Amino acid sequence: MAQSFRMKPPMGEDNGWWWQEAAEGRLAIQRCTQCQTLRHPPRPVCGECHSFDWDHVTASGRGTLCSFTILHHPQFPGFDYPLIIILVDLEEGTRFTSQLVNCAPEDVSFGMPVEMVMHEDPDGFRLPMFQPAKGAAA
Amino acid sequence: MSHFLKDKTAIAGIGLTEFSKKSGVSELSLAAQATLAACEDAGLQPSEIDGFISYTLDSTDEIELARTVGANDLKLFTKVNYGGGAAVGTILHAVMAVASGVADNVICYRAMNGRSGQRMGQGISGQIVSSDLIHWSWYMPYGMLTPGSWIAMIANKYMHHYGVTSEDLGRVAISQRNYAQTNPRAFGYGKPLTMEDYLASKMVAEPLRLYDFCQETDGGCAILVTSAERARDLKQKPAMIRGVVQASTQGQEQMTSFYREELDSLPEMELAARLVYQQSGLGPDDINAACLYDAFTSEIIMQLESFGFCGRGEGKDLVRDGALDIDGRLPNNTHGGLLSEAYIHGMNNIAEGARLIRGTSTNQPKGVEHVLVSSGVGVPTGALILGQD
Ligand SMILES: [Zn+2]
Repeated sequence: MAQSFRMKPPMGEDNGWWWQEAAEGRLAIQRCTQCQTLRHPPRPVCGECHSFDWDHVTASGRGTLCSFTILHHPQFPGFDYPLIIILVDLEEGTRFTSQLVNCAPEDVSFGMPVEMVMHEDPDGFRLPMFQPAKGAAA
Repeated sequence: MSHFLKDKTAIAGIGLTEFSKKSGVSELSLAAQATLAACEDAGLQPSEIDGFISYTLDSTDEIELARTVGANDLKLFTKVNYGGGAAVGTILHAVMAVASGVADNVICYRAMNGRSGQRMGQGISGQIVSSDLIHWSWYMPYGMLTPGSWIAMIANKYMHHYGVTSEDLGRVAISQRNYAQTNPRAFGYGKPLTMEDYLASKMVAEPLRLYDFCQETDGGCAILVTSAERARDLKQKPAMIRGVVQASTQGQEQMTSFYREELDSLPEMELAARLVYQQSGLGPDDINAACLYDAFTSEIIMQLESFGFCGRGEGKDLVRDGALDIDGRLPNNTHGGLLSEAYIHGMNNIAEGARLIRGTSTNQPKGVEHVLVSSGVGVPTGALILGQD
């Protein structure tokens, strides 16, 4: 099995469940069960109604590109450069930080429709990435 | 009625070490050099220092420094969080202590082997699952590991929205590099920068190039805060503290406040502006020079808007008009700043603020009544207004 280069997230009470969802192929969004407000990144309390009760929904994976940066230096082992990091406005209304794949750096643009692809490292670690939406122009 | 902190305290001493890429000495030694230099500058004995304040990122603890420089009883010791966001925050804590009688003479310090030792942006690791570690873990697995990558995400959105160009960023870098030409302490001394050099420099984190980034420096800086009365009896012309505040706003993260609705402004800096103007009873028209926090060039343009020197999206126009230059509307970072003097995490920008009030900058503009200094951008931050006695 290939050596893992990727820094793994620590799994605490407030975030471990989210990565478990990702491991099973889903992009989760935390939801307050009292007032239904969605929130990301996950937190133990709802900032709107202060309820500690929450569950989650599974995002459709569709969204638009809010901002991006293309990283050239420094180059950390294991990542492919230029590395495109993006903010995605998910159609559910929350925003997510991720990587854009299957797209040339010169083709990245603000507002472009994107869709999730679940990336899997050689060691089996999974994390949501995005690619240009297929058939978005249709 | 004026605010109870206004003009109660002053910066009476500033102390700096040599700035280099390899100090060859410990960070404690740098902190001690800077502290002793600040005492010498003020004409006050180190034994009279009864408070020490630094950054949580600083490796030198208050009591280590106190013992090293021969201080006696301490009545105040604390560290301020959030990287460069701590800069003028250290001054706020000193001011509150001195104005309330808790302490008399407080040293705010930052000393770092920022190039030869632990460099910034080397990633986070650890075993304990803290909320801070979880915060970073939304970015680290994607390879978003450096301050440049976090700042670039906001800068790109801002520049796209308002039509800010690479040349505009270059103008900021060049303006500050020009100032460095008269400052022998500065990294950029004797190394002028042209727009051609700027545009040809390597792209690091689009839209940011090499020259949009601050230095990495070994060095230390200390600022001595005391009461206004005491400062008047010491060696230097006091830099009166008209107002000093910390500011953090809704949705605040460290460097990655990506989840606010709008990403093309700096809400925490706008709050700092509102609070510091309120406390000082001053407004943007009263400010004659500035040392705006400049870890990245884009931050300068955005702060011109945060502090009300122009409207939203007009920062680039001020820069194109030469506002930041010596004969401009707002001479900024006249020592070269973090971009071209040294990166002492903003502490050296506070020192230049005091020099501008004393009239001793190597690029001294005429008639400086008030100087604005800010803390780190994209983090919980703060602002300071210094004035003539
Ligand atoms: Zn709720």
